[in-house]
Amino acid sequence: MRDLYQAQRAMRQMRRQAMARGVMAVLDIGTSKITCVVLQFDGPGQFRETDGVGPMAGQSSFRVIGQSTTQSRGVRYGEIETVAETECAIRQVVQNAQKQAGLRVDHVIATIAGARPASYGLAGEITLTAGKVSEHDVAAVLASCDVPDFGRGRDVLHAQPVNFAVDARSGLADPRDHVGNRLAVDMHVLTVDAHAVSNLVQCIRRCDLELAGVGSAAYAAGRAALVEDEQELGAACIDMGGGVTGISIFLKKHMIFADAVRMGGDLVTQDIAKGLRVPVQAAEWLKTRHGGLEATGRDDHDMIEVGGTSGAETGDWDTDRRSVSRADLIGIMRPRTEEILDEARAILDAAGFDQMPSRQVVLTGGGSQIPGLDTLAARILGQNVRIGRPLRITGLTRRHTGPGHAATVGLALHAANPQDEWWDFEIPLEHRGVVGVRRALRWFKNNW
Amino acid sequence: MQGLERPGVPANPGMRPAPARPAGARPQPARGPRRDPAPSRLAYRLHRLWLTPLYRRVVRVGLPVVLTAMIAGLWLSDETRRASVSGAATALIDKVQSREEFMVRTMEIEGASPAVDKGLRAMLPVTLPASSFDFDLAALRAQVEKLDAVERVDLRIRPGGILSAVVTERQPAVLWRHARGIDILDHTGHRVASVTSREVRRDLPMIAGEGAGAHAAEALALIDAAGAVLPRLRGLERMGERRWDVVLDRGQRIMLPAGRAVPALERVMAMDKADGLLTRDVVAVDMRNPHRPVLRLGFSAQNMLRRAQGLPELGPDGQVIEPADDAAASAPKGGRAGSNKPAKG
Repeated sequence: MRDLYQAQRAMRQMRRQAMARGVMAVLDIGTSKITCVVLQFDGPGQFRETDGVGPMAGQSSFRVIGQSTTQSRGVRYGEIETVAETECAIRQVVQNAQKQAGLRVDHVIATIAGARPASYGLAGEITLTAGKVSEHDVAAVLASCDVPDFGRGRDVLHAQPVNFAVDARSGLADPRDHVGNRLAVDMHVLTVDAHAVSNLVQCIRRCDLELAGVGSAAYAAGRAALVEDEQELGAACIDMGGGVTGISIFLKKHMIFADAVRMGGDLVTQDIAKGLRVPVQAAEWLKTRHGGLEATGRDDHDMIEVGGTSGAETGDWDTDRRSVSRADLIGIMRPRTEEILDEARAILDAAGFDQMPSRQVVLTGGGSQIPGLDTLAARILGQNVRIGRPLRITGLTRRHTGPGHAATVGLALHAANPQDEWWDFEIPLEHRGVVGVRRALRWFKNNW
Repeated sequence: MQGLERPGVPANPGMRPAPARPAGARPQPARGPRRDPAPSRLAYRLHRLWLTPLYRRVVRVGLPVVLTAMIAGLWLSDETRRASVSGAATALIDKVQSREEFMVRTMEIEGASPAVDKGLRAMLPVTLPASSFDFDLAALRAQVEKLDAVERVDLRIRPGGILSAVVTERQPAVLWRHARGIDILDHTGHRVASVTSREVRRDLPMIAGEGAGAHAAEALALIDAAGAVLPRLRGLERMGERRWDVVLDRGQRIMLPAGRAVPALERVMAMDKADGLLTRDVVAVDMRNPHRPVLRLGFSAQNMLRRAQGLPELGPDGQVIEPADDAAASAPKGGRAGSNKPAKG
């Protein structure tokens, strides 16, 4: 945990530097697309009182000055598989965004979508000596959490204190200056595969960029797609990406659970390509142009030309001049989408989502744009389902405001005002035992 | 190769060949590998370098400046090239300056006496005709105004190539005789010219003594105040660089105080007008203490007074002539006259 603490503090320092310079890039490395957004931090005060723009979720303190999206390469299931390919894609997207911004960007915050996230709830408790909670006590209680064995090759991505309790008073967001004898904390820790993180770091290093932070894509999508009340009252965000469907549960504005299903929109595309015997590009085009989940009688007569649309011709007239009904396409897409949603449902059940006071589910991500998904999801996930779009931030073009860019926007919000993490607090003094002994020895040497 | 044979028609080399397929259905020839849309690492780094502000400024501003300076420096490093460049520049400047429109041909001088006129023409730094760029009128004016006879001069170049000088000369007001000769001064005391003798300007009053020139204005005021005795006035003498003596003919003097000399002289004039003080045998009217005028009598007047009092007369050397039996009675008066003499000094 000590190494992690130092590494995360170094990244936080880097993020502070980037904020001081006022320019930071957000890099969302997904399975199907890579997006780079260059943020300019103007600080507060660019809007007047009369403009009607409050501090909101922190999105008024920055604006987007450069943005670019390209097809992702070398990424599978949200993890970087071929570093060189991904590096090329990152170079392309960063260069285009830089060109648009007219600025050189050095600091990057990246998302990590897959990498088998695992969520832990930790609890810690200390006795207050001063009878009052100080900042030092908060750090001490965070350090006193009993850390379970994460397993080999796991890295902590987020470690956020979710809840504080002083004596019997629970549900405190900020326990400082509370009077009591006992301070307890609940902390949510999200771990991912260390190899995925090191691959990401490697990729970004090779592009001459400095990594100023890593965020979970599920967490970022939740911050962007859930409105404030949903975050407060409890909601789940399902980010249906290309390779991975990320799930995050929010309560009291904190993420309390995150997981990912290793299935996504690409699987639907593959099913179409296999079922209709068309190239993958053509299948993708069919899915986005004609796809759906609820078949009606009219769809039987709605014939779609599948050959000759993608330019990949086999030379066989019969194969090239085929047409399928839209009902066939829906018949392929629906079982796979149902499977993904069933998996998500299983994860939510395992997380105890049905015990939550408000069982709101928000679907976002590129996969949530399939027509008819809301009725299908309502059947599987419960009645409180809606399709969420990310929060609007200044300067983002219309092309990047779709649900597919929820993680990008959420990461920008995370960069602008990050939530407290464990490493934001000073390391407690008793963990510096060696220093204390050395200091005592020096005192003896000097005085005796 | 199924598409090449039509179903149902057996392939027979003896019969006519199969019809050619339409070109559009033919498989496209395999294209070369697609170009990677991503920039190469070098291109990416160069692009980032180009977006660095300092580097950008160096390339866009610094490099052209350095290149221009270097080329110019290399080209000018040859002596003959430098000479030809400077020669061409000088020739161009000369050509413009010596145009007909800028030439000054004549000089007009107004209000100057012949001597000043001649001096002014001699002072011109260039010979006419010359370009007006060669004249520094401010410097020329300062130089001309250093002449004692000139009070003010207005110099300008009028259209038509005329250098016009309007001279205001100093008006002679007084002559000043001092140890080195005789000067003519104007009313402010500034020197106008020197003369060799008093006879040159008989119309001007005379002042004398060290430091008199600096107080010529006061002297002129005194001369104005002299009024009735002006025909008898020989001149004014500055005593001890401090006060004035008005010197009349017959050796009479009016000794004026250092301050407020004019009222004192006016008082003497009033006394003269009232009872003809200056027409009598008075050697000096001493007004150095303005509240108490003191008269110094002449020799014959003293003797007349003594005769009337029955005292022995004084000799021409100022000593009482014997018998001095009652000389003790007149001793205080003679003693005072005698003690006054060195004070007049």
